Amino acid sequence: MTDDKDVLRDVWFGRIPTCFTLYQDEITEREAEPYYLLLPRVSYLTLVTDKVKKHFQKVMRQEDISEIWFEYEGTPLKWHYPIGLLFDLLASSSALPWNITVHFKSFPEKDLLHCPSKDAIEAHFMSCMKEADALKHKSQVINEMQKKDHKQLWMGLQNDRFDQFWAINRKLMEYPAEENGFRYIPFRIYQTTTERPFIQKLFRPVAADGQLHTLGDLLKEVCPSAVAPEDGEKKNQVMIHGIEPMLETPLQWLSEHLSYPDNFLHISIIPQPTD
Amino acid sequence: MPNSVLWAVDLFGRVYTLSTAGQYWELCKDAHLEFKRVSATTQCCWGIACDNQVYVYVCASDVPIRRREEAYENQRWNPVGGFCEKLLLSDRWLWSDVSGLQHRPLDGVALPSPHWEWESDWYVDENFGGEPTEKGGWTYAIDFPATYTRDKKWNSCVRRRKWIRYRRYKSRDIWAKIPSKDDPKELPDPFNDLSVGGWEIMEEPVGRLSVWAVSLQGRVWYREDVSHSNPEGSSWSLLDTPGEVVQVSCGPHDLLWATLWEGQALVREGINRSNPKGSSWSIVEPPGSENGIMHVSVGVSVVWAITKDRKVWFRRGVNSHNPCGTSWIEMVGEMTMVNVGMNDQVWGIGCEDRAVYFRQGVTPSELSGKTWKAIVVARECDRSHSGSSSSLLSAGCFFGDEVRGSGESAPSDTDASLEIERPGPGQPLPAEPLDDSRNPTGSSASGPGADRTTEDTMEDARPAKGSREAGLDAHSGQDSTLSELPWTSIDLKEPKKVPSHLAAGFSETTSLSSLGVLPLGLEEPYGADDHPLWAWVSGGGCAVEACAVPRWFTVQAGLSPSVQTLSLSITPAQTAAWRKQIFQQLTERTKRELENFRHYEQAVEQSVWVKTGALQWWCDWKPHKWVDVRVALEQFTGHDGARDSILFIYYVVHEEKKYIHLFLNEVTALVPVLNESKHSFALYTPERTRQRWPVRLAAATEQDMNDWLALLSLSCCESRKVQGRPSPQAIWSVTCKGDIFVSEPSLDLEAHEQPLPCDQMFWRQMGGHLRVVEANSRGVVWGLGYDHTAWVYTGGYGGGCFQGLASSTSNIYTQSDVKCVHIYENQRWNPVTGYTSRGLPTDRYMWSDASGLQECTKAGTKPPSLQWAWVSDWFVDFSVPGGTDQEGWQYASDFPASYHGSKTMKDFVRRRCWARKCKLVTSGPWLEVAPIALRDVSIIPESPTAEGSGHSIALWAVSDKGDVLCRLGVSELNPAGSSWLHVGTDQPFMSISIGACYQVWAVARDGSAFYRGSVYPSQPAGDCWYHIPPPLRQRLKQVSVGQTSVYALDENGNLWYRQGITPSYPQGSSWEHVSNNVCRVSVGPLDQVWVIASKVQGSHSLSRGTVCHRTGVQPHEPKGQGWDYGIGGGWDHISVRANATRAPRSSSQEQEPSVPPEAYGPICC
Repeated sequence: MTDDKDVLRDVWFGRIPTCFTLYQDEITEREAEPYYLLLPRVSYLTLVTDKVKKHFQKVMRQEDISEIWFEYEGTPLKWHYPIGLLFDLLASSSALPWNITVHFKSFPEKDLLHCPSKDAIEAHFMSCMKEADALKHKSQVINEMQKKDHKQLWMGLQNDRFDQFWAINRKLMEYPAEENGFRYIPFRIYQTTTERPFIQKLFRPVAADGQLHTLGDLLKEVCPSAVAPEDGEKKNQVMIHGIEPMLETPLQWLSEHLSYPDNFLHISIIPQPTD
Repeated sequence: MPNSVLWAVDLFGRVYTLSTAGQYWELCKDAHLEFKRVSATTQCCWGIACDNQVYVYVCASDVPIRRREEAYENQRWNPVGGFCEKLLLSDRWLWSDVSGLQHRPLDGVALPSPHWEWESDWYVDENFGGEPTEKGGWTYAIDFPATYTRDKKWNSCVRRRKWIRYRRYKSRDIWAKIPSKDDPKELPDPFNDLSVGGWEIMEEPVGRLSVWAVSLQGRVWYREDVSHSNPEGSSWSLLDTPGEVVQVSCGPHDLLWATLWEGQALVREGINRSNPKGSSWSIVEPPGSENGIMHVSVGVSVVWAITKDRKVWFRRGVNSHNPCGTSWIEMVGEMTMVNVGMNDQVWGIGCEDRAVYFRQGVTPSELSGKTWKAIVVARECDRSHSGSSSSLLSAGCFFGDEVRGSGESAPSDTDASLEIERPGPGQPLPAEPLDDSRNPTGSSASGPGADRTTEDTMEDARPAKGSREAGLDAHSGQDSTLSELPWTSIDLKEPKKVPSHLAAGFSETTSLSSLGVLPLGLEEPYGADDHPLWAWVSGGGCAVEACAVPRWFTVQAGLSPSVQTLSLSITPAQTAAWRKQIFQQLTERTKRELENFRHYEQAVEQSVWVKTGALQWWCDWKPHKWVDVRVALEQFTGHDGARDSILFIYYVVHEEKKYIHLFLNEVTALVPVLNESKHSFALYTPERTRQRWPVRLAAATEQDMNDWLALLSLSCCESRKVQGRPSPQAIWSVTCKGDIFVSEPSLDLEAHEQPLPCDQMFWRQMGGHLRVVEANSRGVVWGLGYDHTAWVYTGGYGGGCFQGLASSTSNIYTQSDVKCVHIYENQRWNPVTGYTSRGLPTDRYMWSDASGLQECTKAGTKPPSLQWAWVSDWFVDFSVPGGTDQEGWQYASDFPASYHGSKTMKDFVRRRCWARKCKLVTSGPWLEVAPIALRDVSIIPESPTAEGSGHSIALWAVSDKGDVLCRLGVSELNPAGSSWLHVGTDQPFMSISIGACYQVWAVARDGSAFYRGSVYPSQPAGDCWYHIPPPLRQRLKQVSVGQTSVYALDENGNLWYRQGITPSYPQGSSWEHVSNNVCRVSVGPLDQVWVIASKVQGSHSLSRGTVCHRTGVQPHEPKGQGWDYGIGGGWDHISVRANATRAPRSSSQEQEPSVPPEAYGPICC
């Protein structure tokens, strides 16, 4: 692998082997077999679990079925977070496959948003894209696109078509030649240890003196607790797409290559696993 | 964009250059002289130093400037001694020039100046018009003067032979004094101003320049015969002027303005090809009567001026036909001088801050530009100072300056008389009232206040007389309130801001102790935060375009710019760690998360994706026309994960809906066909290639076309699993539009039995624009642009219209190219009015293309496509075959006929060729190899058995001037190489090729071939040329050498094979005809022969420029048997010289005597 383009492909085709098991308290007519699936890291749970839903519904009575939701080790999984982020944040240190429990009852209203249909996912996804472009280009690029381009982005994600998606998305990753990057980097930093869902601030890819900001610069600025002191022991992992980029990595490059399809860098800060 | 430089002189007379790619003013390499004027061109810079002498600085180059001296030895036959030196009394000299009229003994031919040296001794020329003479070089004739022949006949009474000797200009990268002949009457007095231009007036001789100078007495001089090969010119000639001139400015073309003492401008009229000196003067009045003009500068069609009140003026309406223009427009800003450089870009020196300003926004449509912008880059010396003064101090840097600084200023402090010996610094006195200025007493210092306006002008003082100098010192001393004093006074004056220097400069009583501080005092003021103060700027050699301005204006404070450029340049190395880690972790992640779970079901099923759109299609039936079609591309994924795609084209014919479809895995080439009206592209399949009838589709916009092209191309590459950088063995080709295509050779392409038909080769496009591309199997690829710029392949892919996924992220750079569009002006003679633009009704258009069939007017002719933009106006092209008269006309008896350059009685029509330059800017994986422009290039094809690395890769080239060059230091890691080694020739060359065993063959301009002897890795340039006559009555134009085969191509499209080459006789014995209808040949390392055929008939249509592969080429049958036709329709060039992929041996081959290829090779490496 020698070209940066390959990174895009690797990121897109990231898969998490998952084992779905029905929650023990769910009433079934016969025993529910676990269901194994490769989930695309960049997609959303409710977008890619039609098969899971069908599988478990077969063993259940119609009246016991209400909105499906997922949980991992007691934590309800937010469908509006990309799958890769959920995994990195909650399960990256556990063994594969990822064991997800499927629920059809007692929807945790205070933890999860309802997802009545795919339109809800599309609306959420597109609003993220627009927010990201507002940060990157004052919304100029996304607003200049036609409706069909927006559709192509969404369809590309939905159908897992890399070319289709990137044919349009590359325009969102461009910036004027005279500048060294986007206006602001769209990023969100997640920590399991805090109540706050995530950190999001305005942060430029290039410092006032023209130097490129790095991942380390960003963390020092917005989440200093995540970075270990110079000589201190490393307490946290900084993870994107299941990898730990070096803190020297330029943020602009990360944003262009390791953003999720919603154009955000979703960065997980997780405690260093103790072996 | 070529790297060019801006020249400037600071207030101390030091000459600096600023490169368009640079960030610092660099001190001129030869800094021992101080200058007051410089005038630059791309090749050299002329200047007037403080001794008022003219100097020329010729930039160094790997190609020497050589000039041939010739002399003829004449002999007459007499019955007693045969040919002997006894000539008749009426005969010419025994040693003469070509005409025989001038006596020219060999030892009487002297070097013209100390700046030349002899290259070798005299030798006899044995090449007579492309044919070798017998030993001794004699040519025979009946009598002097007559037609000479190679052969001695019974009636040959006289003979002569030509002696040749080359001299070389050696004073490069230094200021060479222009010798002044010691004729007291004609000796020009000290020079005061100088301007160089006129390089666009004519093409021949190469690098011709008009050099104009003004003496202190106000006389105008023209330097005769200045050209590339004669950088010093030959002599000064005086021109009459209606008044005393103080300053002169010569544009690149035919504009020449000068300023008079009285403040008017003088305009030279009648400058043209036949008379570059012009014929008469006109006077242009200054904008206002109270403030005369003190300085003018002209470009191609602009004139800028400064009046004595420092106001800047732009002259409206100036062009070749009206060099005087119409009126003055006042511009914003106050300048001490302005200079119009290349592309009519304007530079100036600010009145207040003495900074160099660039006029922003000067475009062909807006010649006056928009605003002045200061160049804020620092000097190189400042950088080192600002870096770490303490460390530099300890390193002795300041000490070095101390020697120079005190050496200069200390004596002048203590010994005023030295100023007399050094008249230079005293020259540019503040301009004084005109009448006073003729008065050599220098009393003008106390001139009336009304004349103050002129005091700051750049006009220079009157004769430099020693007595005057003293007055000057007094003058500058007492009149220290002048806002500025040029020259010596500056040395004294400037330091006002710097107390320590002021003391050093002014106080005659300064004790020696002040010398101790002097070094620091001298240098410190010019530290990082004090910008340099400039006196003069010349942009004549600085190619800046309105669209791409160098980064000279955006420098931030402190060190950041240098840090920034530094970090950019070392980015790859620096970031390797984090990038590598990401790549590595991603691979690990995929392994971790996927390897054991591949049997899991995919959450999202792969589906078909369809892109649809509306295009136009060039329909298959007659009458052919563009019809609207719907187009759909269906992409689907097979079970093995491989993609395939089908392109459907839906059309309606006779109200019936129909469609055609193409499997993209069958498409062999996607070719953009841009012209001025349509954004179209052609799709080829093997079948369509045979028919010579591609599917042609057109999009409504360029963007739309590029989207489709990129998508289709990606789909094609995907279905063929071709991606990334082409392999080192790739076959490269170029179309007539300059588009670059590359094909991966399959194993069976060069198979002896049933090779892959070449219409099945898949060609994908690379970004960029080239005329020629040559490759070798170690991955070294060079290209040449239409403007002869040399480019080296960077290893990227994509660029141009391939953006995003189809392009690599790095190694893509901006590339530009320039070419000419030609149209013809046709006229017919009639008895009443002579030649007019009124033809017969049956005649061609009076403005047409070369064929006369298409009407092409000046106004109606557009650049070839929207990618191209005009960069010049129409000009007459005098360099057309057949020659022209003074006005560019060619005559013939009728249209169409063969044209000749002079009118005869039988001629009734004439035509002349007009050309206009246009430029394209694109991007691609190419980096410029500056600065020498090339006509041809050849890289050694590595023989398949050769052990690759170890030695550098041999690369030979022919420069645009016909010099043969050998590139040193070329390797896989440094494909651009390091420097050129010049290989001397007796005439300009056109084509060159190096074979796998270091056989270098070349074609000279006279159409004959040359073989270079004794080229080895250890002796990369070889030792001498062996002349090889061309086939009878043919002039060769190209040669290509493979492993052992040598093929050449003549001007009539005949392909010739060199017969009889053996290791002991590598020149071979004769040319053997192989084929006609060929316009380009490429012989590869397997001795495979590929050509571009002029015309190939397909079943549907005829295609010009078709790639063809010679079939049946065997070691014992190197000429092959027939042709296999491949992709075509506008192909111009192919290089198979990288493809050393030998087909796996089939059983049939093994039955042949298995002789290693070397055994057949007559030449052993």
